Amino acid sequence: MTTATITATCPECDAAISFERAPLNGEIARCNDCSAELEVISTEPITLELAPEVEEDWGE
Amino acid sequence: MRIAMTYTRLRVEERMLIDAFVDLGVDVTPIDLRHVIFNPTQLGEWAQYDAVFDRSLSLTNTLTSVRILESLGVRCINPLHAIEACSDKLTTTLAMLRAGVPTPEVRVAVDTESGLQGIEQLGYPCVIKPTVGSWGRLVSRVNDRDAAEAILEHREVLGSAGHHVVYAQEHIDKPERDIRVFVVGGRAIAAIERRSEHWLTNTARGAVAAGLEVSDELADLSQRAVHAVGADIAAVDLLECPRQGLLVNEINHSMEFRNSTTTTGVEIHRLVAEHTVDIATNHASQPQPIGGYIQPADRGCGAPAERESEREVGSVGASLRGDVLT
Repeated sequence: MTTATITATCPECDAAISFERAPLNGEIARCNDCSAELEVISTEPITLELAPEVEEDWGE
Repeated sequence: MRIAMTYTRLRVEERMLIDAFVDLGVDVTPIDLRHVIFNPTQLGEWAQYDAVFDRSLSLTNTLTSVRILESLGVRCINPLHAIEACSDKLTTTLAMLRAGVPTPEVRVAVDTESGLQGIEQLGYPCVIKPTVGSWGRLVSRVNDRDAAEAILEHREVLGSAGHHVVYAQEHIDKPERDIRVFVVGGRAIAAIERRSEHWLTNTARGAVAAGLEVSDELADLSQRAVHAVGADIAAVDLLECPRQGLLVNEINHSMEFRNSTTTTGVEIHRLVAEHTVDIATNHASQPQPIGGYIQPADRGCGAPAERESEREVGSVGASLRGDVLT
């Protein structure tokens, strides 16, 4: 079982967000407490913001 | 070997691709397009890359960046012509028709009343789609004239100019699933079925994916479809029509595959990374679509040293911000 040692704080509900490995800028995470979709905007220190809403031209 | 991977959101797919490139010993630089300033007259820091692999979630950002980079001679994956052909459903349809690849019948009109007549020609039910869109957004099945009139009026009043184009497709009474085939380097490498009781079978809309054997027919059709749009890497969506057999519905130039590696047992990300490295290593020219496109002279990518000797390399060009992973 992997022990998560990298954490950040959810900007929406202040819960702790755990990462199993170092995230990269722009990476998307989800808060298990409030379900907010979050984006990593800084890696040192790890800072999260609410991820942008889906736009019309997003997709495959 | 240096490859840039442009993105706007780093999803699971992008992390899988980065890991695959690293495993192959490639220097891969993820570049967030939101932080880039392009100078279309200078190659600048882009000269250091053997290829640029686009994974932007935003079609607008993809088109903007790839147009500039290709113009500067950078080998982009996928090529611009393939992105343009895949991202616009009408252009995809035309490419399939030119190549003789079976595809659902459509009617197209730029006026609501003409669109309504086109829909009546197809008969009910039929499917109205925005020509540009993904994940099944605004794709509507209309069962009668009342519904068709309502949807076209909403599109005319509420939609952008692009939504005023009526692209109507015959409804295919498929068996509660569609099929997606992943094609990499001209070869069908894996397939899934996307099953749903809803007529929309996008996984983004809740369909459940399962692995599917790539039959000879699936491989042949999907490879021909991807060849027709000139893509290096693409996912082909096919419908099983009870009357006409397999039909190519759409082609995706920036495919999602996070759940397809486990369902198919095929390491799609690794094969994609390997093919990208092959292209960059061999400075392979772009695959060409079949007919109808006016192609600029093959600019290729050229070896980095060759490109650097041709163009100024400095800080004035693209402003990049990304972590180099080795």
